[in-house]
Amino acid sequence: MRGIVSDHELTSPSTLQETLALLSDDPGEVRPIAGGTDVMVELAAGVLRHRRWVNIWQHDELRGIGVGEDTITVRALTTYSEVRAHDVLSREFPMLGQAAAESGAWAIQNRGTIGGNIVNASPAADTPPALLVYDAKLILLSSRGERVVPYRDFHTGYKQMQREPDELLSGVVLPRDPWLVGPDSRALQRYRKVGTRKAQAISKVCLAALGVVEQGKVVVFRLAFGSVAAVPLACTAAEAVAVGSAADATLADRVAAALTGQVLPLDDVRSTARYRARVAENLAREFATDLANGLTGFAR
Amino acid sequence: MSESPAQSYLRLSVNGVAREVSVHPMTRLIDVLREDVALTGTKEGCGEGECGACSVFIDGVVVNSCLVPVAQVVGTENVTVEGLADGDTLHPVQQAFIAAGGAQCGICTPGMLIAAVALLRDNDEPTEDEIRVALAGNLCRCTGYGRIVQSVVDAATLVRATKGAGA
Ligand SMILES: Cc1cc2nc3c(=O)[nH]c(=O)nc-3n(C[C@H](O)[C@H](O)[C@H](O)COP(=O)(O)OP(=O)(O)OC[C@H]3O[C@@H](n4cnc5c(N)ncnc54)[C@H](O)[C@@H]3O)c2cc1C
Ligand code: FES
Ligand code: FES
Repeated sequence: MRGIVSDHELTSPSTLQETLALLSDDPGEVRPIAGGTDVMVELAAGVLRHRRWVNIWQHDELRGIGVGEDTITVRALTTYSEVRAHDVLSREFPMLGQAAAESGAWAIQNRGTIGGNIVNASPAADTPPALLVYDAKLILLSSRGERVVPYRDFHTGYKQMQREPDELLSGVVLPRDPWLVGPDSRALQRYRKVGTRKAQAISKVCLAALGVVEQGKVVVFRLAFGSVAAVPLACTAAEAVAVGSAADATLADRVAAALTGQVLPLDDVRSTARYRARVAENLAREFATDLANGLTGFAR
Repeated sequence: MSESPAQSYLRLSVNGVAREVSVHPMTRLIDVLREDVALTGTKEGCGEGECGACSVFIDGVVVNSCLVPVAQVVGTENVTVEGLADGDTLHPVQQAFIAAGGAQCGICTPGMLIAAVALLRDNDEPTEDEIRVALAGNLCRCTGYGRIVQSVVDAATLVRATKGAGA
């Protein structure tokens, strides 16, 4: 049954300070709404449990992409369309650009934000695997100040995360490691979303991966999945197995064997656990094989 | 939970006209447009961002009005399908949809028109693929999409001709 608007409250403070104060007055009571593309769907479905909301869409200081010497900061209200349109970001972090391009259709991309995708914390979300692989850091902001959390530590369980109830996500920081993402990078980067149709479909499985081989040895190997566990998953076991080992024909088998303990998908309306585990393994094998064969650059 | 009716007076601009409405700030933009501003061109298909029937422009950007709380459009320029025509002259996209049979029942049409106008604004020579990507968030239960794509192709020709004439 459709939700009833008057069961909820929505405040739109004009300053960020007021918003932070509202969030800290009674922590957990008030929740932020950004582009609304998750929240308003829950309202429509009658499953929006929280009563009090604070609008953050008007806080322009949370919007935009800042290019620094060593990092790029994508502020929380940056939309998928803004990510796609940004030259440096989509050139150096093509997996993020690809994730944005494959999330929803244009009208969703025009309104859905990076911050909302992260804090909504769906294990099926499409930008988290890319952000895990790029080793992003999150900036969390409250009236108590600002702190930085490595994204790899952020999701702690299904819809559980290292965000205090009074904290806003203010931005995502991506390291511009020239070795990995610059024009001189020797890395292989890959982003693959497997869904039912090209547009609008939520992933059945999604992979992001990055690797570097030097003198026959894997020196960097990062692998992450969406929709195969309770959280967006960095496959740390497979990463540990690969790094430092020979980039040879056995790499794919070794990586695949290391997935089993961490890739624990579920059956749901979109797919089955068996299908997901198989697709995840195939995608990981394909990536490891291509890496061992000396492929570099970005490929879907 | 009904202690606060929480109605607010909000000022909106719709199709260039200033409006004042008294609504709950979390009310969906589509409901305000249809019920408070009495512009019923914008349609509701799914109410969850999937079908695009409710598409409108907010500051020139296409969004699904079923997902936007009205508090977020205070101070923005909002344009609905009713705002596409220039007086009595239909927008080239509207003309093309009529001529090529791009509308049957018409429920998806306002959203298709908005999405097509957005596409042609940035690209007046789109390929069929580009048209299909631009309209991927707009579902139609009637036409099978062929006539819709043709309408957009024809509209692009009209738009280019208009530009050529104006130059
Ligand atoms: C038709 C449709 C298709 C979609 N397709 C995809 C898809 O392909 N892939 C995908 O990953 N997602 C998809 N989504 C989901 C959604 O669009 C994304 O998750 C989007 O990024 C959410 O951002 P938002 O700003 O709209 O979030 P909101 O709905 O505003 O918020 C979502 C959650 O995040 C919290 N939040 C938002 N911003 C902040 C912040 N700065 N600090 C703290 N908390 C915050 C809110 O409190 C809320 O809990 C789709 C949604 C729809 C309706
Ligand atoms: S009614 Fe808004 S997208 Fe379907
Ligand atoms: S014409 Fe009927 S839904 Fe498109």
